[in-house]
Amino acid sequence: MKTKLPAIAAILALLGLAFTLWPEPKPRGFDLAAFGRLPVLADGRLKPMDSVARNTLLLLQGRQRVSTPDGHSLTPHEWLLTVLFQPGEADTYRMIRIDNADVLSLFNLAPADGDGGVRFAFVQLRPGLAELDRQAQLAEPVDAGERTAFQRAVEELREHLLLYDHLKFSLQAPDSPDFSVLLASAAQLPASRPIFETMDSFSVLRVVPPAPGTAEWRTAGRSLLASAALGLGVDPAVRQYTAMGRAWVAGDPVAFNAVVRDTTAGLNAAFAPVMRKCTLEALFNRAEPFYSSLILYVIAFLCAVVSWLKWPDVLGRTALGLMELAFVLTTVGIVARMWLEGRPPVTNLYSSALFIGWGAVGLCLILERLDRRAVAGAAGSLIGFSTLVIAHHLSLSGDTLEMMRAVLDSNFWLATHVVTVTIGYASTFLAGFLAIIYILRGVLTRSLDQATADSLARMVYGIVCFATFFSFVGTVLGGIWADQSWGRFWGWDPKENGALIIVVWNAVILHARWGGLVRQRGLMALAVFGNIVTAWSWFGTNMLGVGLHSYGFTSAAFYGLLTFVLVQVALIALALLPPGRWRSFRGAAI
Amino acid sequence: MNPPSFKSLLAGLASLRLTVFLLLLSILLIFAATLDQVHLGVWAVQAKYFHSFVVVTRLAGTPFSVPVFPGGYLLGGVLLANLIAAHFTRFRLAWKNCGIWLTHIGLILLLIGEGVSGLMQRDSQMRLDVGQTKHYAESFRDTELAVIDATNPAFDDVVAIPSVWVEEQAPIQHPLLPFTLRATAYYPNAMVRLRSTMTDAPAPVATLGDGAELAVQPAPVTYKPNENNWPTAIIEIRGTDGLIGTVLVSALLVSPETFTYQGRTWQVALRAKRDYFPVAITLQKFTHDVYPGTSIPKDFASTVRVRSDDGREDRQVRIYMNSPLRFAGRAFYQAGYDNNDRTSVLQVVRNPAWTVPYVACGMIALGLAVQFLIHLLGFARRRASAAVAQPNVS
Repeated sequence: MKTKLPAIAAILALLGLAFTLWPEPKPRGFDLAAFGRLPVLADGRLKPMDSVARNTLLLLQGRQRVSTPDGHSLTPHEWLLTVLFQPGEADTYRMIRIDNADVLSLFNLAPADGDGGVRFAFVQLRPGLAELDRQAQLAEPVDAGERTAFQRAVEELREHLLLYDHLKFSLQAPDSPDFSVLLASAAQLPASRPIFETMDSFSVLRVVPPAPGTAEWRTAGRSLLASAALGLGVDPAVRQYTAMGRAWVAGDPVAFNAVVRDTTAGLNAAFAPVMRKCTLEALFNRAEPFYSSLILYVIAFLCAVVSWLKWPDVLGRTALGLMELAFVLTTVGIVARMWLEGRPPVTNLYSSALFIGWGAVGLCLILERLDRRAVAGAAGSLIGFSTLVIAHHLSLSGDTLEMMRAVLDSNFWLATHVVTVTIGYASTFLAGFLAIIYILRGVLTRSLDQATADSLARMVYGIVCFATFFSFVGTVLGGIWADQSWGRFWGWDPKENGALIIVVWNAVILHARWGGLVRQRGLMALAVFGNIVTAWSWFGTNMLGVGLHSYGFTSAAFYGLLTFVLVQVALIALALLPPGRWRSFRGAAI
Repeated sequence: MNPPSFKSLLAGLASLRLTVFLLLLSILLIFAATLDQVHLGVWAVQAKYFHSFVVVTRLAGTPFSVPVFPGGYLLGGVLLANLIAAHFTRFRLAWKNCGIWLTHIGLILLLIGEGVSGLMQRDSQMRLDVGQTKHYAESFRDTELAVIDATNPAFDDVVAIPSVWVEEQAPIQHPLLPFTLRATAYYPNAMVRLRSTMTDAPAPVATLGDGAELAVQPAPVTYKPNENNWPTAIIEIRGTDGLIGTVLVSALLVSPETFTYQGRTWQVALRAKRDYFPVAITLQKFTHDVYPGTSIPKDFASTVRVRSDDGREDRQVRIYMNSPLRFAGRAFYQAGYDNNDRTSVLQVVRNPAWTVPYVACGMIALGLAVQFLIHLLGFARRRASAAVAQPNVS
């Protein structure tokens, strides 16, 4: 039984993964998955309705599930359909997250009024909207970097409420007469132009595919304005969405599914490549490969750690197998994202987190093959897990497949500079995490024998060499990109400085080692400090809010970074304990 | 006590401890400079931390400045000396060291190249409206005092005086000028206002030109990247027979002050320092695309016509993001836009050492790759021989 553990774990994991691909159930008979695959142009790119629903919910409330006032739980699709076609109903759902107590008091609300203490309904907020606007106007002239936490929270909430409110104008106007009646006769259209104009100016979704011979996706409002002006019939797409809305409101799944089927068939014929991408993206959203990997990394990490104390062979193999599976899964996820975006793997902070985890785990799989002590396996699964958690938090700030700003729009440099420098980050972190294992095992347990210690020291040294090379080459490629696009090789921009500090720090480690200034313990302490240096370059520099690279301002991450730094400092202090205080190899010079 | 011998000095200079110490100091310097960018902006930080021998800080509440840390030139210079000394004393030329040699020579080249760039690089900016032609770019930080003999309508004779003379209020005398100039007041940043619009207008500070109508309001120097400083000065002009008059010059004023002296028409202006080049550049078209339904910039591009003064070049070029024009020893790149997309802003960089980092970094990257591969092969060989010596019994 014991020896079969790796195989059993693998089968269970595969079954779990197969379950994530299982088709979605049809609530009350509505084929919502098919609705979720319909394409729409939003945030400058074509994406499925499914992504609109999920990303908007993540942005507004930090989770995808919505609870209704009567205690039901809605899927993102049900929520989106309600917002689009029954906005009055959607306004009663508590799904707008407010964490800042001062902001909450603008609305005379207390945490007890919210779902989970933080989520509030639009109807609850409506009386305070004028005051929110006034506060936002007061905050506006203040430089973004100098705003207080309250001012930032006000700006953010206002943006979220605008996004939510504008969503209601995508397919009809919230207080307009019944759209299916309104659109029934072409003669009525001109009289409704003000409604269509409002819809066009507010709508964030462009649902109407380009007419033959044109390339522009339009809002329903724009399309209806054209119909009214030219005396043309209503565009089929607008008609279909109106019919979907009517069937949804009437609770008629047969009619709803029929319209969705017709719409899909029409789009499949005319926009096959778009539909392929939207279908894959919806599947990707549902399967959540990164979430599955996250769970696998946790289990692999636990198996690896326990293997140091008990059943080294069986648990070590289980850990390695699960880690390999999670690695394959993240690879599939990253490749799917690359295909959807038509870009190299790293395009923003979110994808850098994915890629750092992926690179570190890949290196660990090689190290584990060279030396099967489940040490690299533990470090790799821990980094894999941590980076996926970071990625999850970054995904809360909106669409992670966002469009590239003009200055970054170069696949060649994204593929070379960004990928190389990210591998440099990944390997510097890996050296640091291996060192953490050395320190914790050495100080707290008796399990670190001389052979394992030497093996860990060799790994850390090798990975530092690797990290030096990749962070140097990556930084230089960044310099060349800067020279090509901005006319200077080096500009002392915060992000550039951060990368340079990583290179110099790795050089310090190597020179200190070569010069005999440090031995194993010192090497480990230096490698842990590498974690601080890398975390600073990755996140800290963006928090300064200055420079050409300040594209991912993440103020909420500040306390996370601070905690991380403090933990690393504590670990370095542990490493500096005299060898006599270590539980492993007492008194030996290390 | 004997003075230390040259050899022991060299050994001390070549020590690895010194290398590690210097590298740590560099990290601290870079980190402090990064943090200070929030307050000073990137240009002031470069001058204070990197293009300097010592970093000086003003003691709070006093006019005294004290050195607090070695600057970029000093640290870079000592690192260079350390590296060169190490190669004279410790390293021998051998195949197993070839990666280190390559890396270190590349590094020496890089440090020298950065030093040269720091001293020689000139950045300026070119604002072009559609249809406009210019022969020059303008510095965004440095100003110059231009004294122009505009008597002949066909051409101007320009004497450009570096603004340091104005800042130090030194007397200015030039063989082409029949008078001397001297600043009696200088403000690194100031607003200029019409005296008639002010309720409590001060007495006029200038006697010549429009300056008599204007008043100067000094302002604190700004380091924000999106704000400008407007240097302003009062200049006293003296001929052989005494004071001719005083003029108010400011980078804020668009047109120069004019006066006549001994039958010739003169103009004086404090203007952005110009970098003239032997090429005429005409902006033919500017485009600015965004992603549909968003304000995220997708592309901005200037189509320009480039004509060299010697008549050998006359062509059309498209300058856009990640694709600059290299011409006449300068790089012209698309930096921004203004005026509802009717004005294109090009950044113009002149750096004679721009190719050095390419060569240096190529050498370093190759050196690192070679050295680490040598390590890796050695490790693999030891592992293989260990495996032969201790055959796996299980």
